Amino acid sequence: MPLAADIDARALRADFPIFAPVGDREPLVYLDSAATSQKPTAVLDAMDRYYVETNANVHCGVYALAEEATARFEAGRDAVARLVEAPREGTIFTKNATEAINLVAWAWGVRNLRPRDVVLVTEMEHHSGIVPWQIVAEITGARVVFAPITGDGELDLDWIARTLREAPVRMVNVVHVSNALGTINPIAEIARMAHEHGALVLADGSQSVPHMPVRFADLEADFLAFTGHKMLGPTGIGVLVGRPDILADMEPFLGGGEMISDVRTDGCDWADLPWKFEAGTPPIAEAIGIGAAADYLRHIGLEAVRAHERALVAYALDALEDVDGLRVYGPPDPDRRGAPISFSMPDLHPHDIAQLVDRQRVCIRAGHHCAKPLMRTLGVNATARASGYIYNDSADVDALVRALHAARAYLGG
Amino acid sequence: MAGLDDLYQELILDHYRRPRHRGTLAHPAIIVDQHNPLCGDELHVTVCLDGDRITEIAHTGEGCSISQASASMMSDAIVGHTTGEALELIEHFRQVMHREVQADEDQLGDAVALEGVNKYPVRIKCALLSWMALKDGLLTRMVDQQESR
Repeated sequence: MPLAADIDARALRADFPIFAPVGDREPLVYLDSAATSQKPTAVLDAMDRYYVETNANVHCGVYALAEEATARFEAGRDAVARLVEAPREGTIFTKNATEAINLVAWAWGVRNLRPRDVVLVTEMEHHSGIVPWQIVAEITGARVVFAPITGDGELDLDWIARTLREAPVRMVNVVHVSNALGTINPIAEIARMAHEHGALVLADGSQSVPHMPVRFADLEADFLAFTGHKMLGPTGIGVLVGRPDILADMEPFLGGGEMISDVRTDGCDWADLPWKFEAGTPPIAEAIGIGAAADYLRHIGLEAVRAHERALVAYALDALEDVDGLRVYGPPDPDRRGAPISFSMPDLHPHDIAQLVDRQRVCIRAGHHCAKPLMRTLGVNATARASGYIYNDSADVDALVRALHAARAYLGG
Repeated sequence: MAGLDDLYQELILDHYRRPRHRGTLAHPAIIVDQHNPLCGDELHVTVCLDGDRITEIAHTGEGCSISQASASMMSDAIVGHTTGEALELIEHFRQVMHREVQADEDQLGDAVALEGVNKYPVRIKCALLSWMALKDGLLTRMVDQQESR
């Protein structure tokens, strides 16, 4: 049964080879898209076609084959830039979202942070938004300060406002949608406060860009990081979107081929944006793949994706109440949360939950979700997490709830 | 739930539901903390010695059924042995988990039931957590003793 009018998840599954029935095997109930999404044929074919039809290195070849490869690679960038309505010169390919954040930490942080400056991160940050700043803080003498969360798993905006007023905050690294709580954070509101006090803002869009309309300008952030493999694209490619005026003032992150305009024995000149930040042969097939994924998502419409997932989350929050003692973390209001739903069950360890529901081919995550500071705040070592996407519907949630009952019966007795 | 019975044998579930040697010993000769970075599980092990013989082990912490049951079974298997014998037994269990040898029931006792865990690569770490904690503790003590000589 479609949850919202715009997306028929059952029908969409035809686009994803992994959901094709295999003999009399139980159907796959994939609820771990916050870890990585499945890939539609459109993406796989686009990547395949590059290797089969136009495999050549990009940017430096003068023959037709290399020009075609370059055209497809740069078309991938255009598609990604269109998805988040970002300027193409500010759309940089990286290895993943983690590398995108590291790029800012090293290329901006090392040269701009001074002793006692503050980098504000949040208690719900993924390790990728914490550790790069801790490393750079060690080098620069800056401090990494964690913004606390409320009991409902939302950021304490008053605390952030106060800290921006009172401390020399230079950078705010904040996750747009929490991978572990599902919370949607008000990036524009935080960015307006930060800018008033001269701080820059890096938004981690890994869990938002694939799931809802995200316009770079509307976020009002200076940087936006996201990754290909969570948005129906391949692994090995991520994106840093940055304000071109800030990127232009930054020195490169990695040095090598492709990122220079001239190299002499006494120095070198950088290439123009965005290539200044793309050293070495880039992940060409992956750039083409993420471009195809961006086009696929735009074709479905991110408004429709969001409406579908909001309905899916509302259905799931309701259905999970059926499971005795099950506790959901994060905001109770589906309007305030994205797709991931973290939960725990009394006397059932998340590892055991995930292992047992896998018997019904229900795939969910168990662990700390690379958010150990958050786990400490929640007072747990780990949680179980179910996260849906465009190809999931209410039947998947029902399968999860049945499997949770079975797990309880199996280990509880 | 066909297929899972290898992993969740009745004996394992019994040790999970009624863990033996659970708690913390007063005046232990060895104290060791171990955690599983994969899942964040934490384990605290204390050991009492009489000369070189292990007279009691206790464990506390949070973990999944496999790691909890394993700590309980390990304690059962190890108590009464010398530290040298304990290290050999730990090595045997490690080899069983990595499918290098068949489990020896005479040596392992109830812990032989954990052999099936070696078909689940992600869970091997859970089963090994307490054994590696004890090994750490025993080796650290040996090094300390050598240094104090």
